[in-house]
Amino acid sequence: MHYTLREEIKNFSFVLPALVIFFFFYILPFFYTFLLALHQGSGLSSLKFVGLENFRRLLSPAGVVILSGIVGSILVVVPLLRFWKERKFVPQGSRVKRTILRIIGIGSIGIGGVCIFYGFREFSEIFSSSAWIIDREWWTSVGRSFYITLWALTFQNFLAFALALCVDRAIRTGQIYRAIFFLLPVLSEIIIGLLVRSLLLPYPGVLVHFLERLGLKSWIRDWLNDPHYALTTLAITHCWRGFGWGFVILLAGLQTIPQTLYEAARIDGANGWQRFTKITLPLMLPVIVLVIILTILGTVQVIGLPMVLTRGGPAGRTTVSVLRIYNELKNYHAGYASSEGIILGIILVTLSFALLKISNKLKKI
Amino acid sequence: MHTFLISVAISCIFPFLWMVNSSFKSNSEFISDYGFRLPCKIMWKNYFIAFYQGKMGIYFLNSLIYTFVSVIGIVVISSLAGYSFSRLQFRGKNFIFFLFLAAMMIPTPAGFVPLYVLLKAVGLLNTRVGYCLAMINVGLSLSIYLYKTFFDKLPRDLEDAARIDGCNRLRIWWHVILPLARPATAVVVIFNALNVWNEFVLALVIFSNRNLMPLQVGLKEFASSSVGLTNYTALLAGLTIASLPIIIIYLLMQKHIIKGITAGALVG
Repeated sequence: MHYTLREEIKNFSFVLPALVIFFFFYILPFFYTFLLALHQGSGLSSLKFVGLENFRRLLSPAGVVILSGIVGSILVVVPLLRFWKERKFVPQGSRVKRTILRIIGIGSIGIGGVCIFYGFREFSEIFSSSAWIIDREWWTSVGRSFYITLWALTFQNFLAFALALCVDRAIRTGQIYRAIFFLLPVLSEIIIGLLVRSLLLPYPGVLVHFLERLGLKSWIRDWLNDPHYALTTLAITHCWRGFGWGFVILLAGLQTIPQTLYEAARIDGANGWQRFTKITLPLMLPVIVLVIILTILGTVQVIGLPMVLTRGGPAGRTTVSVLRIYNELKNYHAGYASSEGIILGIILVTLSFALLKISNKLKKI
Repeated sequence: MHTFLISVAISCIFPFLWMVNSSFKSNSEFISDYGFRLPCKIMWKNYFIAFYQGKMGIYFLNSLIYTFVSVIGIVVISSLAGYSFSRLQFRGKNFIFFLFLAAMMIPTPAGFVPLYVLLKAVGLLNTRVGYCLAMINVGLSLSIYLYKTFFDKLPRDLEDAARIDGCNRLRIWWHVILPLARPATAVVVIFNALNVWNEFVLALVIFSNRNLMPLQVGLKEFASSSVGLTNYTALLAGLTIASLPIIIIYLLMQKHIIKGITAGALVG
């Protein structure tokens, strides 16, 4: 069917409201982040253009050395290879095209050379400042985020998987457990954070009292204010809130596996462990990868829970990466905050794509 | 195996029972028995403190407004767009749809930074309109995708009949498509209502006026105020006000909620 322009405009008008909101609240901010990252200061009036300075401060010196080394050598080596080929073979295309390509090649070698030179200069910075990273605060906050993620990936997901396996075939009781376990993800981070906080506070010390009653006095710590335990407390609270998610998704996945497969395996003499590793795990692989990706994305971006549970303290020990970005924004460093956000976003995108690639490879085997 | 399941289940339920129980105690009674015993006299005073001094009433109302407005906005806008993507033809359709999909794939951990600067520049900071529009945008991509996939599977016969009877696109959408799309709408409503209700970061960044704050940010304010820091049971009463309605709604329609949220999350 062919449409007139008038019809097309009418059809397009259905998408227009969505597109307008999407443009002003997603696309514009998305590209504005990259613009902001090139500036210092906050707000539209007080911004100062500083170029790549924010990224230099974030990555330097080690990150700049590595990045400029990689980018520089690619920019130098690729056109050199091209020129080498062109000398050997009869060049293709018109004369103008060849000259343009040559100019691009030489320019690229030049930029690559500047990159490598810059990298070497940063390399000397390592010795002069005797540190691999200048903005240590930021990278430790990223490290904290990934520490929590590690807990979530192991403790939370194993718990979720174990629970899902336990209630798999029991349909009646399974639904009751599903309802109970999913209650926590339905409630907000803030409610969970404040509730756990009021349980863990050293005074009046509800959990302290509870453990004393059980005779587990040696387990008692100042969970919220001790620098050694605060981050782990945060991680465990996060796991406690989040395992219902993985549980529900994994359970749904388990219930799609046909029972006949297990019966066939049993007749063939496979024991429980063999059935688990040869049937359950391979069939569940896509679901497991999905849960892993969701866990990583959800945990690295957590901010509400540390904000109310430990308030970023003690002594900044639970200031995770997004909380740090928020603090930078509140300290009128919107530019620096967005460059931090870009770096974190790139890390997350790379991680989830790598996981998808790996799972696709595994599926083929 | 059963003890394992039951102990985990108890760890999930017990804190909430404790919370409700303690919220009816006086502060001194709470400190002496840690909230493990039933209250000897039910203290409604905590709820009054939370309601008036902690402004929980205002926060609750604000959250209701934001959730209601955003969800209705999302349903109307995304069903229109989803219908158009599925059935109507126009240039650049696939590209625009791809943009919405890409927005779902790319994580933006610092999305609130440019939004804050831009909203400040336009003067939408600290306004209900700004927050509602931002929340509509958050739910948009996923809802459009849900609607589009739903419409793709829907047979066209009814629409054709309506068109032959002389309906234009808008009336087809309102009289035929929306009533048929009820299952998709249920998923969209449940997913987005919970999402908006529990949203924290954007509200934290956008609002500094306490009278406009939704529940989550308001709770954080209450917890760090002098009342919230010293009066433990009043804070627990505030938490009960914030969580009990959600718990009750959840228990009443837990099957739908779980289905809706997992359907939404699996797409995203």
